[in-house]
Amino acid sequence: MAVTVRVPGALRDATGGQTKLEASGRTLADIITDIDRRHPGFRGRVLDDAGHIRTYVNVYIGEDDARTKGGTDATVPEGSEVMVIPAMAGGA
Amino acid sequence: MTLTADLVRERVRGTILERIGDTPLIPLRRVTAGLRGELWAKLESANPGGSVKDRPGLWMVIAAEEDGRVKKGSVLIDATSGNTGVALALVCAVRGHRLTLVMPDRVSLERKRIGRAFGAELVLSDPLEGTDGAIREARRLAAADERLVYVDQYSNPANPLAHELTTGPEIWRQTDGKVTHVVAGVGTSGTIVGISKALRGKGVRIVAVQPDDALHGIEGWKHMPSALRPAIWDERVADVHMTQSTDEAIAMTRRLAREEGIFTGPSGGAAVAAAMRLAREEAGRIVVLIADGGERYLSTPLWEY
Repeated sequence: MAVTVRVPGALRDATGGQTKLEASGRTLADIITDIDRRHPGFRGRVLDDAGHIRTYVNVYIGEDDARTKGGTDATVPEGSEVMVIPAMAGGA
Repeated sequence: MTLTADLVRERVRGTILERIGDTPLIPLRRVTAGLRGELWAKLESANPGGSVKDRPGLWMVIAAEEDGRVKKGSVLIDATSGNTGVALALVCAVRGHRLTLVMPDRVSLERKRIGRAFGAELVLSDPLEGTDGAIREARRLAAADERLVYVDQYSNPANPLAHELTTGPEIWRQTDGKVTHVVAGVGTSGTIVGISKALRGKGVRIVAVQPDDALHGIEGWKHMPSALRPAIWDERVADVHMTQSTDEAIAMTRRLAREEGIFTGPSGGAAVAAAMRLAREEAGRIVVLIADGGERYLSTPLWEY
């Protein structure tokens, strides 16, 4: 199933400069793995060693925070938009 | 007009803003076992707005008042995802100014609610562009409306001046001049630039720390190689530059609560983690700036474990 994944500027180095990618898969884990196949290293930037979304990354499936929908097990409906954003940003 | 600590104090006498600064300096006893250097934590969460940003927030608003940029009907505006927004909102509430804060959409609920509680108006920018996107949006809005006074914490000289004339001298006084190093994170860079101006001439080594990755979770810090460069930043103010991973920062943030009773945000843990690496190699009295408290992150995964 095809979905659109939007990534922040801070991740462009991991996606060959792209900020909008097409990916396929039933769950969020499938989607991230699909992107990682084309852009090795992407998975490790978004997920920790245990396969959970990193504490400082937020992932939205449509308007829903993926953490509230099962994390990486969340189902990603066909045609939906997945957004990966930094949870923090700054200026001290 | 050049601001002085006496002038700023005089302008806010008799208000809660008078309580900004003079924050505690506490020795770390347990997490530092076995290190060559001793660590002292400067707890900026003790400021009325809950963070180090109260200092530049106050000084930047007073500077705008003193140089006549704030007039009747003016609205101050700045880009901030966190503590500076709270600080500016607090100061503007007390001084009777209107304030607009531009922050990336989907910042945590605490940030939106605290800003609004103090009466600020919020403008939400593209979340994918982060704080740099908020800066660009604030610049665009300020250029299009002459009533808007752009505070611009990233370029405003009153930001480092607040630290040069308050934070730095406090550290010197609180350590009886025995401080050997100051460790602080770099975001706008106001903290490190100002403290350096105050203390480097006295022989104190200045240690600047940045996140080790563009995608990081150290709130308030900037990964300079990939971010918009603040105009006030100058690498030469620091003797040592270090980088810090978010994972280690989060682990240390949690340890500080459990082992030292210091409930801080991820930047506090990051600064202590970096300072501990330094203290393994170097002896001395190392002061670490703890920028804020942990309450501001209760809705984030930081405390879900």
